[in-house]
Amino acid sequence: MAFVNWLKRHLVVIAGLLTLGYLLLPNIVVTVFSFNKPKGRFNYQWQEFSTDAWKDPCGVADMCGSLGLSLQIALWATLGATALGTMIAFALVRYRFRARGTINSLIFLPMAMPEVVMAASLLTLFLNMGAQLGFWTILIAHIMFCLSFVVVAVKARVMSMDPRLEQAAQDLYAGPFQTFVRVTLPIAAPGIAAGALLAFALSFDDFIITNFNAGSTVTFPMFVWGAAQRGTPVQINVIGTAMSIIAVLFVVAGMVISNRRARQKA
Amino acid sequence: MAAVTQAPAPPAPAAPRQKPPRKRGRLTPYWLLLPGILWLVVFFALPMIYQASTSVQTGSLEEGYKVTWHFVTYWDALSEYWPQFVRSVLYAASATILCLLLGYPLAYLLAFRAGRWRNLLLVLVIAPFFTSFLIRTLAWKTILADGGPLVGALNALHVLDVTSWLGWTSGDRVLATPLAVVCGLTYNFLPFMILPLYTSLERIDPRLHEAAGDLYAKPVTTFRKVTFPLSMPGVVSGTLLTFIPAAGDYVNADLLGSTDTRMVGNVIQTQFLRILDYPTAAALSFILMAAILAMVTVYIRRSGTEDLV
Repeated sequence: MAFVNWLKRHLVVIAGLLTLGYLLLPNIVVTVFSFNKPKGRFNYQWQEFSTDAWKDPCGVADMCGSLGLSLQIALWATLGATALGTMIAFALVRYRFRARGTINSLIFLPMAMPEVVMAASLLTLFLNMGAQLGFWTILIAHIMFCLSFVVVAVKARVMSMDPRLEQAAQDLYAGPFQTFVRVTLPIAAPGIAAGALLAFALSFDDFIITNFNAGSTVTFPMFVWGAAQRGTPVQINVIGTAMSIIAVLFVVAGMVISNRRARQKA
Repeated sequence: MAAVTQAPAPPAPAAPRQKPPRKRGRLTPYWLLLPGILWLVVFFALPMIYQASTSVQTGSLEEGYKVTWHFVTYWDALSEYWPQFVRSVLYAASATILCLLLGYPLAYLLAFRAGRWRNLLLVLVIAPFFTSFLIRTLAWKTILADGGPLVGALNALHVLDVTSWLGWTSGDRVLATPLAVVCGLTYNFLPFMILPLYTSLERIDPRLHEAAGDLYAKPVTTFRKVTFPLSMPGVVSGTLLTFIPAAGDYVNADLLGSTDTRMVGNVIQTQFLRILDYPTAAALSFILMAAILAMVTVYIRRSGTEDLV
């Protein structure tokens, strides 16, 4: 009976942790299989332990090239989307203007539209314009779908800002430019950083929209897609594992910094 | 969507909401909006119009296409590919329900029971996001492999007999069946359900739970009458955020499914990139878009545009 009671009290916790397991299981498999030594072309079955792939992560033709291209695109897309998105976010929070509802919908719809639809329609535009598919069409597409996510992240932060801080700066004879650079921007920075990080992750990992608009250019997700048809090298798992380690380090570092800041304030 | 990214920031102390008088700058908002909005108009809205126009064109790749208001394409596309449409809706709906059932306990755990573990658990929920989703989806091929430990266990427990009878799996395989596709969809879009649920649950004042207990409500009643109704915004946005991308997805159906599990996204992709039948592909994509837009419009009617972004 005691056990049943315990179970009843912790049912939510157990169910939640099981879901977390479901979420993490593929990552564990990816990591474990980065030490595999597969027999055939595909890395789906465990054979024997080996660190070959870790010693030679770029040993697969074209993989590291595609990785570099993806990083490059993600970097530029992040820059573009963050700049454009931050401006929109400030306009939305700070000013009244006409056609607000239309603009809100225009920003929301790219987040609500299935990627296939955006990808296919953008391709019809590029085909109609006779544009050469490749680096630039991918970049244009990535800035387009990252933009809205940046707006959301920055807007949340700017909305929670105390407008009196800027008034105080102006009372102390700071000009509009000085107020913006010395007061507004530092306060908005965490929101902008969050938006940029999200844009980077979205762009780097995008497959569907890129697949439609890349022509013969191969980004890392497209390389993985191709590999899924031809044969999956272990190095893919090495990159996947390394990516999640780097990401977790980033997140943990961010948390430590913000915790320290919070303690300093207190 | 707002719920996914926005950190629950404490509202600014009730400051007088009046803005500093601005002498110049009546045009400032428009200058700020111009580049970004222009980008969205040219590369998001305009393509939709091009797509609509392509869907009513006829012609061939060699001779070029002309707008002939050939609406029959829609009829042909629907009558040929309705099974894929139905499948998309069914799979996406199943995945959404599963996401809600699996995601709610985890969001609840994060919001009320995690204590000092909360930040660590949040990192664990978000961390998978950063490994390419294609690589993670391929991992399901290993997990669900024929004769693997999971499939073996399900077979031994005669679970697969039941699911085969329902038509979800076939024989002693899980891979290349509807169950595998739904499992992949659920996995891929689960965070999109958990995060909005978490943000709306986290805003609930725990004193409401105490009050419900003081009024002799059992935990189940408290959940039914207090917690769940207050988490409805999260449920609604989580459902939209899961269902919409799942309905348009073709990666899971391609990697984990078979030719019998093709969804509408697969058809659009094949028509566009391999068969090069642009009008049919554009028509299919337009129908999918219209269906999604209808859903979103209903949502906007209920909650207004300010909550969107």
